[in-house]
Amino acid sequence: MSAILTILIKDLRQRSRDGTLLLFALALPLGLAFMLNALLGGSSGSGEGGFTAEYTVVDEDGGDVATAFTEGVLGPLEDDGLLTVTTAATEDDGIESVESGDADAAFIIPSGFSDSLADGESVELTVIGSANAPEAVQVAREIGRAFAGEHRRIQLAVTIAAEGSDTDGAELAQRAGETAAPVTVEEDASAQRRELDTVTYYSAGTAFFFLFFAAMFSVNSIFEERGNGTLARLLAAPISRPGVLAAKLSSAVLVGIASMAILVIASSLLFGADWGAPLGVAALSVSGVLAAVGITAGVAGFAGNSEQALNWLSVIAMLLGVLGGALFPITQLGALSTLSYFTPHRWFLDGLANLSADGSVATVLTPVLVLLGMAAVGGGAALFRMGRMLHS
Amino acid sequence: MPFLEVEGISKSYGSTKVVDNVSFSIAEGETYGLLGPNGAGKTTTISIIVGILQRDSGSIRINGKEHSVTDKASKAHIGFVPQQLAVYPDLSAVDNLRFFARLYGLSRADARRRSEEVLEVIGLSDRAGETVSAFSGGMARRLNIGIGLLNRPGLLILDEPTVGVDPQSRNAIFENVKKQTGEGVAVLYTTHYMEEAERLCDRVGVIDGGQIKAEGTQRELVSAVGEDDTIVLRMDGGRESAIRTLEALPETKQVSGEGSEITMLVADARAVLPQVLDSLTQTGTVLRSVEVREPDLEAVFLHLTGKALRD
Repeated sequence: MSAILTILIKDLRQRSRDGTLLLFALALPLGLAFMLNALLGGSSGSGEGGFTAEYTVVDEDGGDVATAFTEGVLGPLEDDGLLTVTTAATEDDGIESVESGDADAAFIIPSGFSDSLADGESVELTVIGSANAPEAVQVAREIGRAFAGEHRRIQLAVTIAAEGSDTDGAELAQRAGETAAPVTVEEDASAQRRELDTVTYYSAGTAFFFLFFAAMFSVNSIFEERGNGTLARLLAAPISRPGVLAAKLSSAVLVGIASMAILVIASSLLFGADWGAPLGVAALSVSGVLAAVGITAGVAGFAGNSEQALNWLSVIAMLLGVLGGALFPITQLGALSTLSYFTPHRWFLDGLANLSADGSVATVLTPVLVLLGMAAVGGGAALFRMGRMLHS
Repeated sequence: MPFLEVEGISKSYGSTKVVDNVSFSIAEGETYGLLGPNGAGKTTTISIIVGILQRDSGSIRINGKEHSVTDKASKAHIGFVPQQLAVYPDLSAVDNLRFFARLYGLSRADARRRSEEVLEVIGLSDRAGETVSAFSGGMARRLNIGIGLLNRPGLLILDEPTVGVDPQSRNAIFENVKKQTGEGVAVLYTTHYMEEAERLCDRVGVIDGGQIKAEGTQRELVSAVGEDDTIVLRMDGGRESAIRTLEALPETKQVSGEGSEITMLVADARAVLPQVLDSLTQTGTVLRSVEVREPDLEAVFLHLTGKALRD
């Protein structure tokens, strides 16, 4: 135990002087989180940390359904301060408002929109978005889709009811339209509570993304020791091989935990990130670090040398980060989003989102167990490949 | 009882046998040299002994006890100086020493004390706090050896410790090795420099192709391969009478002369030299110089393997 501790302390001293590690473990995550917050969070308005967007509505229809959309859907959201809605007379004016930066997106309701829907014909509600406000544009699309989905439900209900009723279909539709709830503020707010706010999301995502690089540099010290001949000395010393491996991986875990702790505190103080209940954050961070180190060590066990290990691990860190939604929301991955469940990033961020939803530490139990499982699989692979990793 | 006993160890990588049934032993206070060219199997043999590599077969006993890769107790008896500079360049000399001292189980206070002692031995006390990356090659080599001395080993293993070392540092290394044997340490020293083996080693094992080809003192090896000593005598006249005198000596194998120089072959020049000088003095020969050329290990290696040491 004393020998393991001796190697661990030596490694931590060396890592603390490693400029590359400090860059990847602290400077880059903070820098990238700051940039992403400024670029993506700021453009859509994140006053007090919340989402706001500015939309233009071009109502070329003026019918009942169009009015239901502008007043029944967008109106309540505007009343809640989430949106600022302005109107424009023509489609060109709407496009102009987006291109000039006055609006994040424009809804174009074409002429004949309401009548076509009443006749059961398909119509298009066009959303024109600004490339500079992807989040606000995404929200605009979702509002449009939600409205279209709601309208379809009413149509289906009317069709089914009309088949077994004496009441006139048009009358049923009118009643349904009158009673159907618009996309309510409460429903949206409920959904929002299960999502991290922009600042916390990018702080947590970048922190976990770069955690893999921090783990990579620590695990790679095994190859460095082999390269400079000191691994031979460690193996010749009175310490077991699992002991040497344990010491090396322990230093990677401690570096990872220190890095996460600093990033949590720094992003909270500098950007106002709200990570959630400290105990839950600690459980997620420690299990996340263990997963990152386990996976990194497992992959490194199959590498032949330092260069190969760094190349492989860089690619894997990037892939897992992208697939796991560490750099942009998983919804943008489309069909690939299912793969995110194979990444620790997804579980880490889900855990934080759960924590922000109700603040109960118990909600992170599943993500923590999954992360520990990943750590065990990776660590097991590293142990299995120990002979190859620790040959001098 | 030998401190180190190696019996029939072998190691193969695939179908290639890199160490083939190697056996030797080293007593306390003895320096044993493994002499062979690069790729002869010296480093692999050492790696097996220090516990870095698992042997395929054979046995190793250290201080009478069976030794294996997982045996921490016997590893603690070994001081290891690898061929490569196995030091942390970003740490200071004293930090390197203290780290390895702690790794060998010394308490914090003992590690500090022993590190100071070793720094004194290797002549780096005044540079103790400097990071190793600022050291010259020779200084780093001395530190490399110093680390091997930290645990006061019963067996010190040095794998080509003088590669790339300046003459001054090389002499310092030799002195350190001799000091260790003087204190009863068994030393295993690998080299492909014949001069080092001759200067340092009490016994030498000539290794090539993973096999020990011959073993013994330099004198024994030379005798075993049948090489003769040469005595070269330079004189002022009287060459012919001197040749006749020398031919009459029973130890003489061959005598020839050219100019003012006589060359004679004998089995053991050191033993026969007093008799040669007496005989020539009695005949009134005035000698200007006497040179003894003993067959060296290079000749032995050439004889045993058919190739030169640096091939």
